Amino acid sequence: MSFRTDRARVAGLGVARDGVGHWWAQRVTAVALVPLAVLFVIPFARALGAGREAVLATYAHPFNAIVAMLFIGTAFYHLKLGLQVIIEDYVHAKAPRAAALVANALGAWLFGLTGVFAVARIAIGQ
Amino acid sequence: MADVNRGNRPLSPHLSVYNQSYTGTLSILHRLTGMAMAVAGVLVVWWFLAAAVGPDYFALADWVLTSFLGHLVMIGALWALAYHLCNGIRHLWWDSGHGFELEQVRMSGLVVLTCSGALTVLVLLIANL
Repeated sequence: MSFRTDRARVAGLGVARDGVGHWWAQRVTAVALVPLAVLFVIPFARALGAGREAVLATYAHPFNAIVAMLFIGTAFYHLKLGLQVIIEDYVHAKAPRAAALVANALGAWLFGLTGVFAVARIAIGQ
Repeated sequence: MADVNRGNRPLSPHLSVYNQSYTGTLSILHRLTGMAMAVAGVLVVWWFLAAAVGPDYFALADWVLTSFLGHLVMIGALWALAYHLCNGIRHLWWDSGHGFELEQVRMSGLVVLTCSGALTVLVLLIANL
């Protein structure tokens, strides 16, 4: 049974061919984020409000630093995939849709990489 | 009608004719907590960058995140993370083909709400030890 309309068939509209990859990446990052979120949040919550020296000491520890970098990188990738679906669902006009999708992709890389860089710099030293 | 033959397809659900059930509210909360964490994530990255740059810049970022409003945002983000994590596990369970009976969906929703609240309180207790 075909769910496609005659018009869609004539216009050649169909799958974009990379939907399954997107779906899988969202699930794989979700599974990875379960332990990473727990391991990230506890030292972060303890360091927040404890002063800069405590923050530097927390992330000078390799375990905390590696967990934080993995968490920030994976979380922003997962976030990019999720926000992309929300934009695709709710933003229909062509130009705002394209602009939002590009801004989402670039923003996720910008903040994800900045976060990883910042933690690495704290871990390795000034 | 321009396109009389709509194909042999099911009609999309007309959401406005249904009463919103709490399971529907939990469903949209998954997206809302995800979007909220985008905002909190940017704040946290800025805070890490400020800590890496130096004491003066850190003082500003730390003041923003630990002000009264900052505490509200961070505790909200903590609950958003806990909810999204618990409900995400519920989604993975659904993805594996389980738990679609109405009673199971209602029950797992209550479990997610309870666990997200408990996790939030637990992390806050650990943070202030």
